[in-house]
Amino acid sequence: MRQLYGYRRENGKVGIRNHVIVLPVDDISNAACEAVARNIQGVLALPHSYGRLQYGKDLDLHFRTMIGTGANPNVAAAIVIGIEPNWTNIVAEGIAKTGKPVAAFSIERVGDLETIRRASLKAKEFVQWASELQREPIELKDLTVSIKCGESDTTTGLASCPTVAQAVDRLVDAGATVIFGETSELTGGEHLIADRCATPELREKFMALYNDYVGEILSSGVDLLGSQPTQGNIIGGLSTIEEKALGNIAKTGTKKIIGVLESAEAPNNGPGLYFMDTSSAAAECITLMAAGGAVVHFFPTGQGNIIGNPIEPVIKVTANPITASTMSEHIDVDVSGLLSREINLTQAGDLLMDYLCRVVNGRFTAAEALGHREFVMTKLYRSA
Amino acid sequence: MHKFLIHHKEDHVGVATSDIAAGETVIGVFMEDDSTIEVKANADIPLGHKIAIRDAAPKEKVLKYGLPIGHAPEGFRKGDYVHTHNLKTLRW
Repeated sequence: MRQLYGYRRENGKVGIRNHVIVLPVDDISNAACEAVARNIQGVLALPHSYGRLQYGKDLDLHFRTMIGTGANPNVAAAIVIGIEPNWTNIVAEGIAKTGKPVAAFSIERVGDLETIRRASLKAKEFVQWASELQREPIELKDLTVSIKCGESDTTTGLASCPTVAQAVDRLVDAGATVIFGETSELTGGEHLIADRCATPELREKFMALYNDYVGEILSSGVDLLGSQPTQGNIIGGLSTIEEKALGNIAKTGTKKIIGVLESAEAPNNGPGLYFMDTSSAAAECITLMAAGGAVVHFFPTGQGNIIGNPIEPVIKVTANPITASTMSEHIDVDVSGLLSREINLTQAGDLLMDYLCRVVNGRFTAAEALGHREFVMTKLYRSA
Repeated sequence: MHKFLIHHKEDHVGVATSDIAAGETVIGVFMEDDSTIEVKANADIPLGHKIAIRDAAPKEKVLKYGLPIGHAPEGFRKGDYVHTHNLKTLRW
């Protein structure tokens, strides 16, 4: 295993990227954030669609996602811009608890242009400071890794998910933290996950989250064929949610589940394997996992989901030889040799772990190089 | 050379790892123990899609990974192409 290097942040957490972000608290602050990112090189704006008139659990989740994104150790410093100061300060103060540099700006009483001027000056200061930060030696145990598959097909359950499982088990053995989710996509194998929960309390919490999510889907009363499994899943040969779920679960490895997290909640029980309640839609799911503190993501794909994330590098793994050849620019690790049995699972796990180490040390993933920066807030219900 | 893989000994279906043509007799490998099985395909089965390696009675639960992935409302025969037309979820 090669030596790993990362950025150790003020709170001791370790990142593998060094972003200075400009985070809009709400949809109408996107324009100012994007202007700051145009003014100052090396600054990343994270536009999104929500943040106004949200309330209750939906607002809690919005704040948790915003704060978690800014707090992620791949972020060196954050500029927060909102329309008014109160919610803007809630987000900025939440991020500032990590000890990293944060500055908040609100637009009312000054307008976009003056906000952009002030925020650009601060962003310039932050980015010049961050550009001098050095990577230092780190270990696997310093990493929080998330996993989620997408545009799955039968090759996912046969090969790319079992490859990720190899890496997950090795990471957990090394003392790292791993997060999986996709609540509805456990349907047909939810008992397998429940049986791996480390305590009866965790099992109960997992089943409550699962039943709540699936109950909501079932209450729609519609035929989900084509939505879950998706049209792409069906083209790839998956026929039912149960078949898709058993393939999905194949990537979670064999370890006990030591924590059950709400959406965007940070792991809270030491190193090990965690479940997080999330949508199975890739951009929503990875945005929540990054907000929970994950610094690098394994993404097995069958038919070729092209997802990326602005702050968390996404490593694509496919075992489908058609996808590996027709969409090669999106694929980081090709394990189609598992289908032809030219390689075995241990060898596939070695390939993925080696690639992980390269990405940790700075290699751009395919999604990073292609500019995939999907940042999608999960919305629980209509705004007031 | 194998043309499909089977997760579990008790499974009804294997997954094509190459395109399979109707009428072709193909070899499948059980991933648990590397033992093999020969099946004559009753239909074209594209890479990634499922071939029945044994019969299923009407309404029988269909096993893959050794676990139910749905049921076969009309049943199917060994060698059949198994997908959304003859395999339905038990969940939603």
